[in-house]
Amino acid sequence: MIADDVVTLSRLQFAITALYHFLFVPLTLGLSWMLVIMESVYVMTGKQIYKDMTRFWGKLFGINFALGVTTGLTMEFQFGTNWAYYSHYVGDIFGVPLAIEGLMAFFLESTFVGLFFFGWQRLSKGQHLLATFLVALGSNLSALWILVANGWMQHPAGAEFNYQTMRMELTSFAELFFNPVAQVKFVHTVAAGYVTAATFVLAISAWYLLKGRDIAFARRSFAIAAGFGLASILSVIVLGDESGYEIGDVQRTKLAVMEAEWETQEPPADFTLFGIPNQEEQRTDYAIKIPWVLGLIATRSLDEPVIGLKDILVENEERMRSGAIAVAALRELRAGNEDPEVLARFEAHKDDLGYGLLLSRYAPDPVNATEEQIQQAVAASIPQVAPVFWLFRLMVFSGFTLLLLFVLAFYYCAKRVADQKRWLLRFAVYALPLPWIAVEAGWIVAEYGRQPWAIGEVLPTALATSSLDKGDLLFSLSGFVFFYTLLFIAEIYLMVKYARLGPSSLHTGRYHHETQGQEARA
Amino acid sequence: MIFDYDTLKLIWWLFVGVLLIGFALLDGFDLGIGTLLPFIGRSDTERRVIINAIGPTWEGNQVWFVTAGGALFAAWPMVYAAAFSGLYVALLLVLFALFFRPVGFDYRSKIADPRWRAFWDWGMFAGGMVPALVFGVAFGNLFLGLPFRFDDTLRPFYEGSFFQLLSPFALLVGLVSLGMLVNHGALYLAIKTEGVIQQRARRAASLAAPATAAAFALAGVWLAFGIDGLRIVSMPDPAAEPAVLAKTVVSERGAWLDNYLAHPLLWLLPLGAFAGLALSRVWSGRGRDRLAFAASAFAVSAIILTAASALFPFVLPSSLDPRSSLTLWDATSSHLTLQLMFWAVLIFLPIISAYTTWVYRVMRGKVTEKQVEEQSHTLY
Repeated sequence: MIADDVVTLSRLQFAITALYHFLFVPLTLGLSWMLVIMESVYVMTGKQIYKDMTRFWGKLFGINFALGVTTGLTMEFQFGTNWAYYSHYVGDIFGVPLAIEGLMAFFLESTFVGLFFFGWQRLSKGQHLLATFLVALGSNLSALWILVANGWMQHPAGAEFNYQTMRMELTSFAELFFNPVAQVKFVHTVAAGYVTAATFVLAISAWYLLKGRDIAFARRSFAIAAGFGLASILSVIVLGDESGYEIGDVQRTKLAVMEAEWETQEPPADFTLFGIPNQEEQRTDYAIKIPWVLGLIATRSLDEPVIGLKDILVENEERMRSGAIAVAALRELRAGNEDPEVLARFEAHKDDLGYGLLLSRYAPDPVNATEEQIQQAVAASIPQVAPVFWLFRLMVFSGFTLLLLFVLAFYYCAKRVADQKRWLLRFAVYALPLPWIAVEAGWIVAEYGRQPWAIGEVLPTALATSSLDKGDLLFSLSGFVFFYTLLFIAEIYLMVKYARLGPSSLHTGRYHHETQGQEARA
Repeated sequence: MIFDYDTLKLIWWLFVGVLLIGFALLDGFDLGIGTLLPFIGRSDTERRVIINAIGPTWEGNQVWFVTAGGALFAAWPMVYAAAFSGLYVALLLVLFALFFRPVGFDYRSKIADPRWRAFWDWGMFAGGMVPALVFGVAFGNLFLGLPFRFDDTLRPFYEGSFFQLLSPFALLVGLVSLGMLVNHGALYLAIKTEGVIQQRARRAASLAAPATAAAFALAGVWLAFGIDGLRIVSMPDPAAEPAVLAKTVVSERGAWLDNYLAHPLLWLLPLGAFAGLALSRVWSGRGRDRLAFAASAFAVSAIILTAASALFPFVLPSSLDPRSSLTLWDATSSHLTLQLMFWAVLIFLPIISAYTTWVYRVMRGKVTEKQVEEQSHTLY
């Protein structure tokens, strides 16, 4: 049995490093396509300013990209270092998309990023654009495979437990790849990345416009960001991954948790706009509800119910009792008793094995679990409602604020007066943190909302860790905090420095700090 | 093409070898050059020449490492799980050291302050030296066995600490690894630079090659006469479902030479390693940098294959419970996953090689101090 604090520290470390990694990834996903757009305009029109735009936003892309790569290495190591039992138990499936990600996507992105920065003089215009395109394609394919892996954690399709090897094994690659949860997640996540990049370019360009410098450069950047951002934010909202929540029990639980939906309502269900979730009493205090909306968003129908948490807990209890039998049968099988009766008993309860493992955390011998232990395990079979409920609302609020921003920005760009609307420009500048707030909150909703499972209904998080001791974890955790703080300061410092310099940092002699006779320090 | 399970298991031993050698050959010279950076580059411009010699291509090279890790996860999940968690502190040190590379390349020259630049130069030194050394130390520990065992649910447990990894034999293997990658890096640098940097790089290689050969020879003798190897007494059918704990393994002095005694042709591998190192020294001395680099690439491959064939079929020996040792037969994924990943590698590796070659062609030619001064704002 792994000590509780080792489990807690391992989870904390994974959350910190993944959330930190996810500060940089969304910007890479979107900015790479924006560079493709800017450079395409340059190739088609031959106008130097679009090349300058590609190179300047490319510089900022590079500062961000470096940290994305650095912190991505951590993620690659961490499954093995900290989640060794997970790696053994599901590596047969989970390793596949990760390895293909390396072969198909990360190689492409990393090989051509060098040409993007250093190939301007050595390549024809078309060849360089191709290099930029391959960087964007590589980074987005990378997201696809990572989300296929993540989607499988939420909804483990195309796999089966093999008692002889004591692990989950792949049964269908097609089911793994076309996992509906993964597909929906991919669209939602990359579109959120595009919004992040659009907001980034929009906010910095708006700042130049407010300062009245490099107007032609900033206005064009602003316009591209407004168009790209509007299309992206509409995709995020319309293709929001709520549509994936009817698939699989983990997703179903997560939906009920996000909405603090304790009781199963008569369809179509009400949407709780506001309220204070109360886990102890299993109700939401001071709830303000909007009729029909939840049923419509979650099931896209008027007659399908959204299952509430109380009903889910009742189901979980049944599955836990069945899972206890599976664990006992598995132990006999592993001890060498492959009697047909044992095998039949195992097969009959195999689908609930994960619940039996969850119970074994509270009752070392699950078949003889006391009623109290079972109730403890059942209560722990769903996550805490309040953080998911609130962070989901924070994400949606940020998303709708950004929708408003991009609608206005696009409208005034179309009328060619965006640069005169100072209130709009200020709105754009202040909106800069919103996409990061939304994506980080979204990550917590998706991953904390999956608890107590590492792999939905298959492997509880508490059983998935490595057999480390607390000292190991304290060493690594303090190392991460130390280095990540250091890197964060360096990143922000350079990002601010180059954003303030603007296109003058290209040293073309055409931009503000150079034409104003001020010396650009770079 | 549908392969039998045991054939695929063997093919995957070769694939992991190919990915590992790809990593050592390509990212290896970046690690070596990182180690040499503060010593060969004495002025800021010289250091920038060195950094820009590998700047446009190092990122793709690093993916060999990432992909080797991913392939290990998919094809040998138990090795990935037991090795990464068992070597926890050592791997985190490698990871922290690697942090300095992506950031160092991109951030170092964006601020002119000499203290800032010196900080990243030494960071990139650590990012090259620490992984090159620790990977060797880890390889050395494979021959000694790592202190892990599996329980009945196949959960790995460990006894032992980080400092126990630093035994004299393991450190010696660490020096082999560091030496060969420094040699490899110096020879690549000689191709990409001219003048004083090129001369210093050749000089570094002229010291590193014989040092590597000496350490390699000593490690070989030590392995033959001073170290207990593992030998499989009985094991389940290689085509069967992997069952790690079902085999019987004994430990015996010199058993790591079993394969060499059974198949004398294998001695060509260590001989090839010495020949490659010697030729790289000779050709580098005559200014034939490309030939010298090719000889070094041959030597690096031969050194890795020498070690891997001594271990064969073991891939992660255990010192705590020999039965828990992982072999290429029982550490693998399911038949379907091996089959699937076989195709993924077969399709993508040639594509990767093709575009990598193209990128190297585009970026060919020497990096000079003049270029660095003229393009001060666009280069690293």
